[in-house]
Formats: sequence, C-alpha cells, structure tokens
Amino acid sequence: MPTGYGYVLPDENGWSRYLHFQSAWVVVFTGLLYTIFGFLTGHFRQNLLPGGADLSWRPLSRSIAHHLRFQPSNEAEAWSYNVLQRLAYLFVIFILFPLVIWTGLAMSPAFVAAFPATVNVLGGQQSARTLHFFVALALVLFLLVHIGMVWFAGFRSRMRAMITGRAAGPRPSMYRGCT
Amino acid sequence: MNKVSRRRLITTGIAAVAGVSGLGAAAHIAQKYGLVPPDHGGIYGLGETLTYASERLLGRHSLAREFSRSQISKPPFPNEIEPPTDEFKRLQAGGFADWWLSVNGMVARPASFSLNQLKSYPSHTQITMLQCEEGWSYIAEWIGVPLSHVLDNVGVLPQARYVVYFSIEPDTWDSIDMADAFHPQTLLTYGMNGDELPVGHGGPLRLRLPRQLGYKNVKFITHLTVTDSLKGFGKGLGSAAPEGGYAWYAGI
Repeated sequence: MPTGYGYVLPDENGWSRYLHFQSAWVVVFTGLLYTIFGFLTGHFRQNLLPGGADLSWRPLSRSIAHHLRFQPSNEAEAWSYNVLQRLAYLFVIFILFPLVIWTGLAMSPAFVAAFPATVNVLGGQQSARTLHFFVALALVLFLLVHIGMVWFAGFRSRMRAMITGRAAGPRPSMYRGCT
Repeated sequence: MNKVSRRRLITTGIAAVAGVSGLGAAAHIAQKYGLVPPDHGGIYGLGETLTYASERLLGRHSLAREFSRSQISKPPFPNEIEPPTDEFKRLQAGGFADWWLSVNGMVARPASFSLNQLKSYPSHTQITMLQCEEGWSYIAEWIGVPLSHVLDNVGVLPQARYVVYFSIEPDTWDSIDMADAFHPQTLLTYGMNGDELPVGHGGPLRLRLPRQLGYKNVKFITHLTVTDSLKGFGKGLGSAAPEGGYAWYAGI
C-alpha cells in the first residue's frame, strides 16, 4: 500500500493481529463474567447507578466544579463513587466496550457474512473501522484519566481499596454517593 | 489431616480432573469437527482457535455480502506485486494460452485444466468486497468458475479436509478447509469488472474467497492439492502466511 509519507514501517501486522484477537477474547470473557456478576450481585444497581437526585443540574455542576478545581475528595468518597465516576463507569461498561466489540466484529468478513446487519447499520466496513478507532481512543483516554484520578486521590490507599474492598476510616452509614 | 480438609481435597481433586478431562474432551470434539486451525500452537494459539471455531459455528454456509453494480469501486486498487518471474513473463507473452491448473492429492481423478477449459465451465459472477488487513478495501465484480466445480470434476475423496493452493510465485501458497473450498462464492477467478482479470489483481487466475481477507486470495494460481493433513506442507502451519507471522484463518 503506498503511503503519503516516505518512511514505511516494517510489516508487523502478523503477530500484532494475533495479539489483538487474543486480547479481544480476554476482553469478551472478562467482560461477560463482570457483567453477569455485576447484575447478579447488584453491583451495578447499588454502586454504579446514580441516585435520581444526583442527576439534576445542581449536584452535577457542583461535582464538575469540584473536579475542575482539583479539590481532594472527601472521606465518604473513599467508600463509594461520586456521580461523575458513576456516569463515566456506566458509559465505559455499557457503551464503549460493547461498541468497541461490535465495531471490531463489523470489520470481519466472515462475521458480517453471517450477520450482515451488524455492518450495514454502521454504513460499511470502513465506517466501522473509523468508529472502532475512535472508540478505542476513548477507552485509552478513560484509562489515562482513571489512573490520573487514582494517583490524585492517593495511589496507595486507592489501590488498597480497589483490591481489598476496604477503605481507611469509618464507613458512612447513609452515604448515597453524592458530594 | 482433619475431615473437612480431606473432603475439600477430594472435591478439589475431582473438580480438577473433571476440568482437565472436560478441556481434553472439548479439544477432541473441536478437532473432530474441524474447529482447530493448523496454527493452533504457540502463545496465540488459543485465541486463534476460538476465533476460527466461532466463525465456523456461527456461519459455515453464510454468504458474503454482494453489492450492486453501482457500488463497484472506481478505480479498483491493486496492491504491489513482486516482479514477475521469467516463467510468468513467458506465459504472459503467449497470452496465458499455456497457463495450466493442475489438481492432485486426495482426488479420484488427478487432472490439469487449461485456462480456456476453466473458462468453458459455467461461470459465476459476484460483486464482493476485497478487504486487506492493511485497512483498505474495494468492491469489484469477479468472474470465474466455482472451485467446487473443479473439485467435483476431479472427485474429492471423503477423508479430504483441506485444499492447498499454490501460486506461480515462489513460496506463495495457502490452504482452506472444505467449508471454504466448497463454498459457492469461492471462485477460481479469471475475469474482473466485465474484462480479463488484470495481472495486478492476480490474473490470469486468482483464488477469490470473499469471506476471508485479501492475503488469503492468492494470485497466479497454478496448482491445487487436496489433503487430509497440512503437516507435510512447509512448516505444517497451513500456509506460507503463518510462516511470515500471519494467521492461517483470515476471516477477521
């Protein structure tokens, strides 16, 4: 394939495609397990679904302003997610990941032979490719911001909380995840 | 050792044995139903096997999308090809009148077909997309004889599992399973967009396989071998593609 630039990278498409699809299977299997258990255990409903009151403009804008000023999170947040976190996680779990898998499969000539609608509604393989690229970019952006926020909130304590499910300090009794 | 831990040990043991034999049985069944690709070894083998097996289970007989005449790409993009060999130049000078396709292996009647013979068989026309793993694609009308017609002509033996196809270009060969070999859209293509198949697109004879990516659609086909095992071909990975780092199955 001729390119618009002089230097052509050596062909690394073979092993990178193997790695890509192997990783895709990891995403599909862990994603399935996570989603099934997220529903069964009520994790999505209890921890990720924002309370109705949190979704009105005032608490939302307060939370956004809070983040934009890089103010440290309050103690209660160590035990739960704030409304922006919840929305971001739900978006990643239920929009970005399904979309990245779908747009990826829509590029497979064998898959679209079996399920033509998966590519037709996207407007063709090349549109699927563009979407796949930007959704992947969005996921990378989420990862970077996510790690940045963990760092900002205290890397050691946050990692400990993620792994053990326990945070330092007392657990607030009636905490609903709003700041 | 107290009772509880012994019980736990036994249950764990039984679960482990069940798990391992379950995996073994799954591998055996997958092998039996042709769901294991030849390049199933190595660190990427598991993903490759899952991909190939899933695609085969989801749609062994599904047809690739066909497009309307107005959707044909203008102009179709030919990828770079290696400089032709002297033999190819000689055949080209003679208008490919001496181009032959030989078929042997697990067939009842090994045979050779001239290009004109292939063209005399009922032709099949399809407007399908050729997709390259590099990211580009084009839609063209492909004219040729279904591979199944040639295979029926030579009589494939029941134990055959793969068709290996060779290009006139040195070290260029690949193989497909019987699901693809007898698929109605798998063509030995000699024409494109109402004309002869240009050399840049693999003329005079290219294997067209619209459910797999471009690199599986080998150009300048001169020879087919029908076989039940790919072990004796190259490194036994099913094609020159895995030897160059590419997957044997290119349906994704």
